[in-house]
Amino acid sequence: MTASAAGEAPESESGVSGWALMLRNVNKAFEGVQALEDVSFSVRIGEIHCLAGENGCGKSTLIKIVTGVYSPDSGTEIEVFGERHASITPAQARTLGISVIWQDLALFPHMTVAENIAFDESVGLIPKFFSQGSSYRRAEKALNRLRVDLDLSASLNSLPIAKRQIVAIARALHANAKLIFMDEPTSSLTQSETDNLLRIVKTLSTEGVSVVFVSHRLAEVIEISSRLTVLRNGRLVGVYDTSDMTQTRLGSLMTGQELVSEVSARDCSGNPPVLEIEGLSRSGEYSDVSLKVRSGEIVGVIGLIGAGRTELAHSLIGMTAPDSGSLRLNGRRISPRSVRDAISAGIAYVSEDRLTLGLIQQQSISANVVITVLSKILGLMGLISPKRQGSLVSKWIDELAIQIGHPDHAVSTLSGGNQQRVVLAKWLTTSPRLLILDSPTVGVDVGARAGIFRIARKLADEGIAILLISDEVHEVHYNSDRVLHMRNGRIVWEHDPASASLSQLEARVYA
Amino acid sequence: MRRLVTGYTVELRLLAVLLAMCVCLSILSEHFLTAGNLTALLNNNAVNLIWAVGLLVVLISGGIDISFAVAASVVQYVAVYCFGALGGGNWFFGFVVCGMLGIGLGLINAYLIHSFRIISIVVTIATFNAFFGLLMFFTSGRFIYNLPSWWVDRIFIFEHQAADGTWSELNLSVAVMAACVFATWVIIAGTNVGRQIYAFGDNPEGARRAGVNIAFMQAVAFGWMGLMAGIAGLMQVNIVKEVVPNALIGRELDVLAAVVLGGARLGGGKGSILGCILGVMFVAITQNGLNLLGVSPFAFQMIIGSVILIAISTSNLSLGDAFERLPLAAAFKRRTLRR
Repeated sequence: MTASAAGEAPESESGVSGWALMLRNVNKAFEGVQALEDVSFSVRIGEIHCLAGENGCGKSTLIKIVTGVYSPDSGTEIEVFGERHASITPAQARTLGISVIWQDLALFPHMTVAENIAFDESVGLIPKFFSQGSSYRRAEKALNRLRVDLDLSASLNSLPIAKRQIVAIARALHANAKLIFMDEPTSSLTQSETDNLLRIVKTLSTEGVSVVFVSHRLAEVIEISSRLTVLRNGRLVGVYDTSDMTQTRLGSLMTGQELVSEVSARDCSGNPPVLEIEGLSRSGEYSDVSLKVRSGEIVGVIGLIGAGRTELAHSLIGMTAPDSGSLRLNGRRISPRSVRDAISAGIAYVSEDRLTLGLIQQQSISANVVITVLSKILGLMGLISPKRQGSLVSKWIDELAIQIGHPDHAVSTLSGGNQQRVVLAKWLTTSPRLLILDSPTVGVDVGARAGIFRIARKLADEGIAILLISDEVHEVHYNSDRVLHMRNGRIVWEHDPASASLSQLEARVYA
Repeated sequence: MRRLVTGYTVELRLLAVLLAMCVCLSILSEHFLTAGNLTALLNNNAVNLIWAVGLLVVLISGGIDISFAVAASVVQYVAVYCFGALGGGNWFFGFVVCGMLGIGLGLINAYLIHSFRIISIVVTIATFNAFFGLLMFFTSGRFIYNLPSWWVDRIFIFEHQAADGTWSELNLSVAVMAACVFATWVIIAGTNVGRQIYAFGDNPEGARRAGVNIAFMQAVAFGWMGLMAGIAGLMQVNIVKEVVPNALIGRELDVLAAVVLGGARLGGGKGSILGCILGVMFVAITQNGLNLLGVSPFAFQMIIGSVILIAISTSNLSLGDAFERLPLAAAFKRRTLRR
């Protein structure tokens, strides 16, 4: 399959083309850096289209050009619903019905659902009275179009992320959006929430609203969209039908490297066990969990959100106490009562919420790396020794090949993949025996994911036992030595990637 | 109805406490529930409430203002000179001059905050010092008693003689206060500008992306605060019949505490007129009650301080949460969890 005919814009000059958006020869340079070069991009009316590419490939620049945040360089042709524009202003984009739902949603947490949905009618400098009642009615209408039921008077901050997402979509509909860009809409949703969102997106499409999906999750990209446009380094790679697209192929197109998914499972049954759990239970979270992780072994724990996998991890690192059962590390019985206990016993936990819990975003990379081992780098008079800190930090930056400007730069300046490595470095300084990786690739580029698993494998080779928690079947199948399937708080199945296939595991998990 | 209850939790709770307090005070003191006491309560708090509604708008927009009380003093002094130049002036000129001066001072704050991207607390602490320093320098701390007669003459909007012959009355400042409260309510609860100010305070980046003109909203919020400060300054002279440079300094923190007590969020995006009124009345009635009960005035600040602290720290908690935060309860919970 080459860049198929589906992607080539027909040379219709009539204007009634059935195309919501057609961009040709989009160019944009920032201070000499070519962010987009001769990119074409088109979306049909009522189509669900996916815009794929790694961070920095130009996706956001493209969206910002369509919504008028940036104006494109000369030569660019923009056609919205058959009408030509040299460039678009934000106000024009709104009247044309182009709307973006950013990853952070840009909603107002202390307003009610209805106030959020109807907010855009308030925008403007000319003072006018507004009626709460009629904006409630209009908000209700937008929700009805999505066929969802939400309490209009609930305060937004009382809703889970998934419902806020729906509010953001309703808000776009209320503003008469006919072309909606969704930036990473599912990155913080559970599987069932994602399914629900995808159902809503399909509803939109049957209503004639075009949706452009930007997502890192290849599986859902392929599932939902009918066509996809792939960008790499500011250039168009191609436009493809999703009917015969696979995750592996899409990953290769995005990264430009042949990504091979190979089962990396090995037999570690001869190694001494590091973690032994016997009959561990905590009411309402998990029950009767028994498992072993051996030295040098990567054990995957797969389960949908709510299966109890993260809760189990929280007990292993002492955040919650199990009701019953026993925990052994290197043969010695432990019962960590706090995270500090767990760290000194040799357990490290890389949490799933890297952005808010794992790192102090505004602080420097070095400060983040050493925060778990401050007492080990003290020098004269009990003060932090810059020399010891520096050598520790540079050791791990080299070891994990973290790409940084300078160790003193803030963590927030790094990409997702590099941030994840900083979190790893922070925990590896504690010289753990057991490393728990909870959803390590959330928000990480396809290309960078492979790097993280390479690191995991290398650490395992050095004798660390690794528990890899994830809700992506693909990920655990290819990167673990054994996979445990958790459902409703229990381990229900052990999968051996070396002898059983990915689809067998998928069938069990999504059953 | 449910919308009312969930949307105004802090306000309803404050109202309940306030009513309970009023019942207790009217039992404990025979003077509390008299026309004389209640009208005095309103007269004495009119200026505070005018400031409070102005400050409410600033808090909703995500800012804070420390300089408004001093700004009111500046307005008073400059207004005295303006009225002299106008040949005496009258109430109409009074409102126009004081209102414009107040708006001007408010816009200085808005300009500094917006164009130099300095957070409002820093800007208004600076303008607080600058306004007061300039005022003291140019007036040399001089009091002014020689004021136009229209300004200092009492105007009653309500008079009543009780059976025992004592008079009770409401003066003009109460009517002005009512007008300011009403106008603020219309703006924040009934116009698109109000919605945009809430939105800006709640999520500035989200508001910017939605096309809200940030500079304009900032100017409206601080301009309105300035207008209220100017009008409060005007009315305060009518009550005390003198212009004193340091008469108002220090009252900004009382007003701020009262507004926050009424449910306005210091981070922006939340607050209501009802809560604002209740917050000011809560502080006023506490003070009034202590007075009537014969508590030493030296203990007032301490008691009011602790009452505000308790009210604010519990106002966002449910009763169960509040219990859990008590040190004893926490220790108890730890013991039970361990087993």
